Amino acid sequence: MTVRVQTQDFDVGFEIKQLRVARPDVGAVVSFVGQVRDLNGGNTIARLTLEHYPGMTEKSLEAIVNQAKSRWNIMDATIIHRVGTLQPLDQIVLVAVSSAHRNEAFSACEFMMDYLKTEAPFWKKEATAEGEQWLEAKETDETARKRWEK
Amino acid sequence: MKIKIFYFARLKETLKFSTEDLDLPDETLTILKLKALLAQRSDTWQEMLMGKLKVRGAINHELVDDLATIHDGDEVAFFPPVTGG
Repeated sequence: MTVRVQTQDFDVGFEIKQLRVARPDVGAVVSFVGQVRDLNGGNTIARLTLEHYPGMTEKSLEAIVNQAKSRWNIMDATIIHRVGTLQPLDQIVLVAVSSAHRNEAFSACEFMMDYLKTEAPFWKKEATAEGEQWLEAKETDETARKRWEK
Repeated sequence: MKIKIFYFARLKETLKFSTEDLDLPDETLTILKLKALLAQRSDTWQEMLMGKLKVRGAINHELVDDLATIHDGDEVAFFPPVTGG
């Protein structure tokens, strides 16, 4: 398992390779990359600042990977989340999962993103022409997580 | 009992507090009781901790609900709903 919280950018190709190199038992790697958008609810975003809770963040991301491992037959997973100040077009998050077959990796990747969005202690602050403001949590993210509770 | 509290994001900014150490009487303390205690400090504290922000609490890096019990030496944190990803 690889879990990292960092200010610097990441190389998706390199990270995916780490999940499958020298692993002929891996048949699938599914990944999700989040990118900073330039528009949110009609506001033009100049930059985004991410705060987190060092210590708890890493622990909660590891717990998310372990939950995915207990639900699906996956081999390994990587979560990288950036913090600090980011701009539109910057990569913000990577979730990648390896498994023997694609179905397990697709489901686990989606599950991990849904949990990350609602459980991992990150907070975004947007800077627009009108000033800075903290983002509100979205009900749709909570709904997305709840569907896994069935 | 001695506890450490951390505040994050909007809470940290509005309350102008990122962390504090508290020494409290040794009685059963839940997250809800602690919130109510801190809320007595001012209207701003009341609004931030008991208002519509739906503040979440953590004890020793685990998300907990309002009825979770706090023990001596615990690290408590209060923060708004998370918005990562």
